[in-house]
Amino acid sequence: MKYIPLVWSGLWRKRTRTILTFASIVVAFLLFGLLQGVNAAFGVGVQSSRLDRLYVQSRVSFTDPLPMGHLAQIQTVKGIDGISYANWFGGYYQDQKNFVFSYPVEAETYFALYPEIRIPPEQLQALLKTRTGALVGSELARKFGWKIGDKVPLKSQIWTHPDGTSDWVFDIVGIFDWPGDANQSRAFYFNHTYFDEGRAFGKGTVGWYIVHLADVTKGPEVGKAIDALFANSPNETKTQNEKESTQAFLRQFGDINFIVSSIIGAVFFTLLFLTGNTMMQSIRERLPEFAILKTLGFTDGAVLALVLAESLLLCLTAALIGLGLAALMFPYLKAFVGVLSLPLQVVSLGGGLAVLLALVIGGIPALKAKKLVIVDSLRGQ
Amino acid sequence: MALAVELRQVVKHYRRGKEMVEVLSGLDLAVPEGEFLAIMGPSGSGKTTVLNLIGGLDRANSGSVTVCGERIDSLNGAGLARWRSRHVGFIFQFYNLMPGLSAERNVELPLLLTHLSRAERKAHVDIALEVVGLSDRRRHKPSELSGGQQQRIAIARALVADPTLLICDEPTGDLDRQTADEILVLLQTLNRRQGKTIVMVTHDQKAADYASRQVHVDKGMLIAPEDRP
Ligand SMILES: Nc1ncnc2c1ncn2[C@@H]1O[C@H](COP(=O)(O)OP(=O)(O)OP(=O)(O)O)[C@@H](O)[C@H]1O
Ligand SMILES: [Mg+2]
Repeated sequence: MKYIPLVWSGLWRKRTRTILTFASIVVAFLLFGLLQGVNAAFGVGVQSSRLDRLYVQSRVSFTDPLPMGHLAQIQTVKGIDGISYANWFGGYYQDQKNFVFSYPVEAETYFALYPEIRIPPEQLQALLKTRTGALVGSELARKFGWKIGDKVPLKSQIWTHPDGTSDWVFDIVGIFDWPGDANQSRAFYFNHTYFDEGRAFGKGTVGWYIVHLADVTKGPEVGKAIDALFANSPNETKTQNEKESTQAFLRQFGDINFIVSSIIGAVFFTLLFLTGNTMMQSIRERLPEFAILKTLGFTDGAVLALVLAESLLLCLTAALIGLGLAALMFPYLKAFVGVLSLPLQVVSLGGGLAVLLALVIGGIPALKAKKLVIVDSLRGQ
Repeated sequence: MALAVELRQVVKHYRRGKEMVEVLSGLDLAVPEGEFLAIMGPSGSGKTTVLNLIGGLDRANSGSVTVCGERIDSLNGAGLARWRSRHVGFIFQFYNLMPGLSAERNVELPLLLTHLSRAERKAHVDIALEVVGLSDRRRHKPSELSGGQQQRIAIARALVADPTLLICDEPTGDLDRQTADEILVLLQTLNRRQGKTIVMVTHDQKAADYASRQVHVDKGMLIAPEDRP
């Protein structure tokens, strides 16, 4: 503790330089916190996926439809105790930017496959009885102030009616909850029959089938058996579990992990050179001062420790401020990532990274200060 | 009387490229405790080299160096550093203060290496600042002090851990006559009142006159004043 003023005075010798260096580390860690936080939040989605559900999609692309006739054939595969189907709708409310995760689903069977979805039984019944009925997620309902009984129009980016319009009107008959997953609580489900009757094209097809496994460990076998049914047919399938399918879905937005790692890598690479160079310069300028300390009886090891302490103080405080800012900003990203707070693992990873940064940029100058020979320095060499 | 410093047959040479420069060739020097010794001699004669050996900042190539009762030539690097912090105070021509630290923090530096508490350190710093007459400048940075004041702060720093030996390399070389005299009076007082042994290198005969004994170094050998041509 008693050395802190000494360490501090070293950092504070060139204020502007230190502040600029400090700021660049803060920004780097802010970026790290946000990007890595988003990345981790997506990872949470992948982790929480279940392995007892399989997704049967077109082999060509998951946006390609499959014939409804596949249903009966898939049901013949052993090891399946539930099946349903759904489709993309691409809906938005009033404005393109109010995108709604909306899906026409086979309502009789769909919700049985998703025990995570909490819905009062009478509301589910209401959906089955109401052709134009819709179940909306609690978050979505809150966002637009929707209540049961409301008539809600959505426009589809994909599906038009035979008359060319794309307005679809729904009656909200229920509000469901998906505890612990804000993203899923923003979904919008409605009857596939209403959808299929109203659309101008694609009738008799579905987006994907959802299959429930009787035995969760039999996923790969069941998947292979399903895909084998349609091999060499015009509508080949690809069956994946939820985790694979979520990852594949996320990959459509680019490999987020890869992008995040690349950006963070580039930022830290630059930061390393920038701050490393500054640190080197700062210590080189102050070598005579380290010679004074050694004259007074500071050992070589103590001088090494002082330089490292300086580097640690700089990097750790800047990193903590950067991560702190990221944590403060994170709630505003909730709409995007669906997670409320910066994951703790990101904070500790950031802390570790800050220590590493400090050791790398402080290491060489510290060794230089350690090796400094007093008499040479006093002589001005 | 016990000896504060005893150099015996000390040889020091530097290698400059392929050439060997012998600076000290078998130097003997004895400084009794409580002495104020002035070392004089032409530039390049090896005065600073002698001081650095006495202060444990540099090592001899051969010979023995005994300071404050310890064979410091046999200490390792860290041992030598600890020894310096306990036994020697250094005063240089250009003060060598830490520019980023206030006067009192500069004076406190040697005490950071002790086990003294914060309050004890403060008490020692207060006394040292009072001895050099700069209690009112304690919060000033070196750049806010005159040369003479900076040298006083350096003296306070050299004194604060209560070493037995003060080593001064041209302590007044950068000061005007009057300020130099004030500094020399201060050193003389420390020698007489507090019994500090002082070894001072100087070019200046007037400065040397404050000392209790003068020796001359030339071509790596000591010459007593009476032997001089
Ligand atoms: N590290 C070194 N490498 C090479 N030569 C050195 C080194 N240190 C000292 N010397 C040489 O040793 C000799 C004595 O140097 P020293 O500094 O002791 O002289 P000095 O008497 O203090 O001189 P001045 O009065 O100019 O301060 C000089 O010739 C100097 O060039
Ligand atoms: Mg000299």
